[in-house]
Amino acid sequence: MVKSRVIPSLLLKNGRLIKTKQFGEYRDVGNPRTIAKIYDAQRADELIFLDITASIEKRHFLIDILTSVAEECFMPLCAGGGIRNFDQAREVLKSGADKIAINTKAIENPNFITEISKKFGKSTIVVSIDYKKNSSGKNEVFIDRGTKSTGLDPIEWSKEVEKMEAGEILLTCIDKEGTMNGYDLEIIQKVSDSVSIPVIASGGVGTIQDIVDGIFIGHASAVSMGSILHFTDQNIFKIHSHMHEKGLLVRR
Amino acid sequence: MVVIIDYGLGNLFSVAKAFEIIGSDVLITNNLDKIKQSDRLVLPGVGAFEDGIKYLQQKGLDKQIREEVLVKKKPILGICLGLQLLADVSFEYGNHKGLGFIKGKVKKLDVNKFNLKVPHIGWNNIEIKKQTPLFKGIVSGEDFYFVHSYNLHCLDNSDLVAVSSYGEQITAAIQKDNIFATQFHPEKSQDMGLKFLENFIKWNP
Repeated sequence: MVKSRVIPSLLLKNGRLIKTKQFGEYRDVGNPRTIAKIYDAQRADELIFLDITASIEKRHFLIDILTSVAEECFMPLCAGGGIRNFDQAREVLKSGADKIAINTKAIENPNFITEISKKFGKSTIVVSIDYKKNSSGKNEVFIDRGTKSTGLDPIEWSKEVEKMEAGEILLTCIDKEGTMNGYDLEIIQKVSDSVSIPVIASGGVGTIQDIVDGIFIGHASAVSMGSILHFTDQNIFKIHSHMHEKGLLVRR
Repeated sequence: MVVIIDYGLGNLFSVAKAFEIIGSDVLITNNLDKIKQSDRLVLPGVGAFEDGIKYLQQKGLDKQIREEVLVKKKPILGICLGLQLLADVSFEYGNHKGLGFIKGKVKKLDVNKFNLKVPHIGWNNIEIKKQTPLFKGIVSGEDFYFVHSYNLHCLDNSDLVAVSSYGEQITAAIQKDNIFATQFHPEKSQDMGLKFLENFIKWNP
């Protein structure tokens, strides 16, 4: 049977690997190429690169990083950040990515999901959904790194992106991101149970138990994490082996 | 020289890099002369069946592949969509004729009823049904990386070399004479994937 995927999330800004907290303040974590190679050696199941570089002139960093990682790491790579058209998608895929993550453009024009999915294949398209509690305490999808509200409910939007032929959903709780106090299991579970495409849980992992919960309680197909790998002595080997002990199917 | 057939789709860069790292001479092209000069061919693939087969036909690649594979008997490796394109027919968004090298039909994974997600994405273990030089050093139970929504149902079971399981039996690898194909991505399956590709470049069917 298929294994639960453990996916380090690599956040990029101006060519550096960083880690944010609740999409705000950030720390420099190092050289993304070096760190990607370490995760490859630890037998991570996949890598996700998300580029949050603000300026257009510096966008080439993502392509450069992907190219050099894909030369040495023969593992699945997903990349996203500012992909708004076919040409940008093609460039990212040509540089070694297997899957692309789209976010803002999908909200602005949901038909874009269908078009890009038909063009590059459904299993190539990951729709990234970021949400947090709005001022009235309800969960709402936000774009532009959590700064722009959309009025959309994360569960309803997940169902919609599935209908529009997304291949997978990367679901990030902004309130949890970088806090290391566990996934937002309630929403992860609701989304996973509402769609028939795989859901990658993201935001909040602080312990290996959080990861196990993401799959057992959240019903996620894959778990993504950053801080626990960057800032603690945990690694993919230990995570896989602990998941195995808890009865989850993982790669050994 | 290994020629990776460029038909406008797919993660060609990764496939080429994987062949380079195991020390083989590799070229990505859709040029018919270069394909004629090749020693072995790779038909990679990520994308939709209809686009893939149309492109092959428009560029005359289908005829050239037929010549190299069926007449000159060059080894060919299909990967993912590249495997599906070798079949008679696919039901992805309609009903499309494939290259017809392998008898069988490509159908959508029908596994939502088992509470399984489609696409089938991730690492899954294979069971080797038939010994082949391409699985030298690889045993049943090893994991390979899959990402697909359609599955080839072979008509002739003797073409089936390895299977996997995801609600239904997944055709993981097929072989017929000098034709070999995998539904999984060897170029994305870390050390075991590279070992498989090494076996392919040494393969003399």
